[in-house]
Amino acid sequence: MQCIIVDDEATARAILKKLASNNEELEIQAEFSNAIQAIKHLNQHQVDLIFLDIHMPDFTGFDFIQTIKNPPKIILSTSDRNFAIEAFEYDCIVDYLVKPITQERFDKAIKKALKFSPKDNINDVSSEKVEATPKDSGNDLYVNIDRRLIKIDIPSIYLIEARGDYILIKTSAKNYTVHSTMKKIEEKLPDHLFLKIHRSFIINVDRIIDIEDNSVLIEKDVIPVSRSSRPELMKRLNLL
Amino acid sequence: MEEKPNYSYISQLSGGDKNFEEQLLDVVRLELPLEIENYKNHLKTTDFMRAGDDVHKIKHKISILGLEKSYQVAIDHEDKLREGVVDPELFSQFEKILDAMTTFIQKA
Repeated sequence: MQCIIVDDEATARAILKKLASNNEELEIQAEFSNAIQAIKHLNQHQVDLIFLDIHMPDFTGFDFIQTIKNPPKIILSTSDRNFAIEAFEYDCIVDYLVKPITQERFDKAIKKALKFSPKDNINDVSSEKVEATPKDSGNDLYVNIDRRLIKIDIPSIYLIEARGDYILIKTSAKNYTVHSTMKKIEEKLPDHLFLKIHRSFIINVDRIIDIEDNSVLIEKDVIPVSRSSRPELMKRLNLL
Repeated sequence: MEEKPNYSYISQLSGGDKNFEEQLLDVVRLELPLEIENYKNHLKTTDFMRAGDDVHKIKHKISILGLEKSYQVAIDHEDKLREGVVDPELFSQFEKILDAMTTFIQKA
């Protein structure tokens, strides 16, 4: 099996490489200290098995699984025993290894991986969130400001920000403060164009300039990305 | 009696492969001081979540060095840090663990 290791800790990667080297069934193709590099690798290489650390800063193992479309078999490795239940909610997860990993326990996991036949990966979307049906609201949105219904061209909106009982709608030309909620406006916006990246922010994904760490630059605004929204955001990007 | 770091896990893992043992210790020698430095910096800046992440990483090394009781101290310390609390007793015990580990890998 062609494998990769994704773990931010060099010591853990060294141990996994050693354990794998004692098993003829495995060939370690590459190792990564962060999930983003691993996603790029997966886009270009056939991988049968991933050894994946759950606890990585900024982008957890579970975020990673939710980001990849057709995940190969995955063996989780972690120092936490508490994630076991969550781990088995994903069909692609073969086993769950608690660090420090012994050779005996490792080999047992590999035997399971060899026998493991996940559901047809092509149709298996268990690790993906179900997309909401895109809304057919046309290109216009009418907002009520001072008893006037003002038309806003939806693609021109680049940011919506929660402001207490109001929302601030930002377009390139003008900003609008409207008495409404994030939930209400979210229902009116097309899913393919807009994404809630934080409980207080919805962005137009087409208008992103760049992404750095846990924030997005959109026009001149730097917007935080919540940990839970990051996998969905990464999925939307056409990563090279 | 205070726990002492040992080679039991590393020896078991290496199966007598001394090269591997040395390579692994080199990685630990390189990585552990950085993790300790990050942990201390995050404590200084009261970024307790990040300090908890640092303890989490160090925790693995505690287990690699066969410190079973210390491992539980690290778990408790990590949990408290994630709650935004620096427990003085856990902090002090953890400091001793870090010192013991640092001394051990330097001599190893």
